[in-house]
Parts: sequence; C-alpha cells; structure tokens
Amino acid sequence: MSTQIPHVNYLELGDRPHLVANECTSCGARYFDRRNACANCFGTEFRKAPIATEGILKSFTIVAFAAPGVPVPFVAGIVDCAGTSVRGNVINVDPTPEKVSLGMKVRLATYSLGTDDDGTEAIGFGFEPAA
Amino acid sequence: MASDDIWILGIAMTKFGKHSDKDIVDLGAEAVMAALTDAGVSMRDIGVLAAGNLMGGGSFGQMLQKQVGQTGIPVYNVTNACATGATALRTAIMAVKAGEVKFGLAVGAEKLAGAGLLGGGGSAKKDGNKWEPKGRFGSVAPTDGRIGTDTMPGTFAQVGMEYGHKYGGVSFELFARISEKNHAHSVLNPMAAYQKKFTLDEIMNDMMIAYPNTRPMCSANCDGAAAAVVCSGETLKTLSLEQQRRAIKVSASVLTTDPYQESCQVLPDVNTLTRNAAKIAYEQAGVSPSDLDLVELHDCFATAELVHYDNLMLCPEGGAVDFFNSGATWRTGSTPVNVSGGLESKGHPIAATGIANIWEICHHLRNEAGDRQIADAKVGLAHVIGLGSACGIHILERSGL
Repeated sequence: MSTQIPHVNYLELGDRPHLVANECTSCGARYFDRRNACANCFGTEFRKAPIATEGILKSFTIVAFAAPGVPVPFVAGIVDCAGTSVRGNVINVDPTPEKVSLGMKVRLATYSLGTDDDGTEAIGFGFEPAA
Repeated sequence: MASDDIWILGIAMTKFGKHSDKDIVDLGAEAVMAALTDAGVSMRDIGVLAAGNLMGGGSFGQMLQKQVGQTGIPVYNVTNACATGATALRTAIMAVKAGEVKFGLAVGAEKLAGAGLLGGGGSAKKDGNKWEPKGRFGSVAPTDGRIGTDTMPGTFAQVGMEYGHKYGGVSFELFARISEKNHAHSVLNPMAAYQKKFTLDEIMNDMMIAYPNTRPMCSANCDGAAAAVVCSGETLKTLSLEQQRRAIKVSASVLTTDPYQESCQVLPDVNTLTRNAAKIAYEQAGVSPSDLDLVELHDCFATAELVHYDNLMLCPEGGAVDFFNSGATWRTGSTPVNVSGGLESKGHPIAATGIANIWEICHHLRNEAGDRQIADAKVGLAHVIGLGSACGIHILERSGL
C-alpha cells in the first residue's frame, strides 16, 4: 500500500479531498498560508476552515507560453468556492475558449503528480467542469 | 504659483528600444544629463537623488553619480516593481516638499530587451528525489502551472477576465481592439520601441501568450531610461521666465498599496489601490476625470487597460467596455489614453516607465509633442501599477504663463 502526500499543505486528502484555510476567528478572512496577524483586521487567532469543493469560475486564462518545464496549454483560473476565492487550474477539459467560460460551475478534482523513490505518491488538485 | 506647489522643472527620456551598446548607467546618465539641461540646472544644484532600477544589481544611484557628478548628496535606491519610476519621483518630491532640498532628481532605467517571459517558473523535482514539502505552502513540487499561473501575461489576463465576469461584455476581440489602438497611436511617437500599426486580424492571429493576450497585447520588453528634476514653487519663482513657462505643475502625487480584499491572496487586486489613488489624486489636484486632456495608464497588457478606465473613474463603474467602444480613448476621443503607444508599443523598461509616462504628459502640456500633440492640453494624468502591489498616480498641469 503506497502512501500519499498532498501537493500543498492546504489540500486535505482522504475519502473526500478538500482544501483547508486558516480562518481569522475575528473577521472570517481566509488564508491558505500562515499569517502572524490577519491582513484585514489584525486579529491573531486562526482556526482551520474547510473550503467548499464546488464553485464558480470567476476568471481564467489559457496559458500558452510558460516557464521552461511547465506543460502548455493549461487553464489557470480563480474559483469562487461559496465566497472563498481559490486559485487553481481547470482540468479534465479541453483548454480552449470554446470549452471554458466565465461563470461555469466547477468542482475540486485530484490527480497524481507521480511517485517518488519511497513509493510515496504526490496528489495535486484542480477544478473540473461540474456540468 | 503657490510657494509650496511642486513643479517638474526638467524631464527627459531616452528612446525606448534595444540599446545593445549601452548599460543601465549609460541609459540613466543620458536621461539625467538631458533632464538637467531641460531644467537649466546642474548636478551641483541637486540636493537628493532617487534612483530606480529593478533588474540590476543595486547601488544604481551611486553608479550613476560616478557617471554624471559625485557631490555627496543622499541617494535613495528605489525598487517598487513596475511602480519603481513613479516611486523614485515621489521620493524626490517628498524631499522637496519637506523643505530639505531645493532641487530633487529622480531617474529610472532598465535593460529589458530580449528578457522574454516575466514571472513564473520554479525548480522542478529531479528524478529519484523524495517528495519534500517546502516553502510557505508546504509544496512538494512547483505550483506555477499546476495551481494557476505566476506569469505576468496570465495574471493580467485574469484581471481583465475577472472584470468581464463581474460586468460582462468582454471578448478576445475587445481586448485586441485596445491593443490595436495603442499600436496605432505609437506610429506618431518617435521615442517608442515599436512604431508599427497592426490590424485587428494581425493582433488576434499573432502568437497566443495567455488567452486572451496575444504577443502584441503584452507590454514590450525593451531598454530605456527617464529622469526628472523637481523643485518647489518658492524655488521656481527665483528662476527665469522661460523656466517658469516650461515648468509643469505636479497637482497630485500619490502612492498607494493594495488594501485587503477577499480574493487578493489568489489574484493580485490591481483595482482597489488604483481607485484609492485616483480618488486621492483628484481631490489633491481639484480636478475631475472629465477635466483630463490625456491619460497615460499602465497597459502592461491589453486586459489591464480596460480595468483601469474604470479604476481611474474615466467612466461610470462597470462601464469600461462601453467607454472603450465609444471611441473615447483613441487620440481623437474625449479622453485620449496612451497616445504614446503605451507599454504595449512604446515599451516597458520597468523602472523607466513611471517617469517616461510623466514625460509624455509634460511633452503635451508644453505643446512640444509634434505630430502626436493633443491640441491645447492643459491637464493630464499618469498612472502605473507595480504588482505586489503599488500604484503611483501623478496629475500634471501646465503653468499657464
């Protein structure tokens, strides 16, 4: 049985993979990285908050020209997950303007990034069309 | 003129383009010498130097002094992403405003020709390694390209598309038309890196960089420098009538950063800080957007120009698409925008941009812009955005003497 590791620490794997943010206990602002104080209200207490796995694509670009080693084309987007904005690729879709549109419904999906020498599999996330 | 007003006494830019035989010090020195001549002062008069350069190795200001005059004055080496030039100018203005110096000098210079794609990358996992969480997000592999994009064209593409999601009406063709305008404007600007007119078809069928931005819809990487000499109204009163006549009043000088917004951690918010800076600038200057005879705004990508029509309040909120479609921002329109050709055609040597756009405005206000002169220009606005973010806005007025 191989073990798995998430691509980033704010992706929680398991039966129902989802993203987790650090939420300010005072104002509810959410961050995917660590903060000493909330950028919005300067509060210093945070709790873990699960992020909705379905959302609306509120912006995207289809990157055709990227840094060396980054496979193109791919769709980069911003997803409004029930009020929390999330950055991610739109995956499992033809990366063309005909197939990707503003306001489309998407849901979190995971995929394998490969396995290392110890047999550990890294799992990445993106958003796929949710028809 | 009021004693505590701030004036641009002299200003200059190098031609933007490929200067393979010149380094940043040569370019900066060329702009400085020309700005000093334009101002009618020498390095002996200058009390402070603010020097902007983003991609060089640092200590640019001191290197520059050795090239044009070492007088022992304080140097502030400034970087603030694409707002570096405006930040340098603002630094010199603050020193004059504080009464510490009579004349301040600001310069920005950059070598960027052939730089290619900016932003993005990260080192890939090598074969045989272990997945090891690293950095702020504990990532086991690079995130650029897997969790969105770090590239500038892609980031600003999303800025424009987000506007479309919010207000509707955007399309690939709309953004391409904005680029068509700026390239057409550049034909009249001999200082521009490119003076080539493109048809809409040519723009839309050029190499796609990050949809909807094709190559001509991206700012042109190039070399260049710009410099300005500033003084107070009190100082200007002691100078010649010719200097007073050509001096340009800085009616507003504003620098802002991005305040917290819900989505700013996943897509830089270039809107709120521009809107905030614009509000402060219009209030400082006592002018309204409809008073502006021309605007140079930060069209680092065609997708960015659209949102700044709205952010600078050149149109009603949400009305940028209609505003552009009305023809208002062409040089023949009611609010000419980027008659220099903008960053897409004049070019974007990063640290020079925030002073070069002010040079463009001054050039028109002095009625010295030749073929591309906007007739009887009295008031203009120059805007830059540095991602991260910083926004610089200057409102400029002719002296009226």
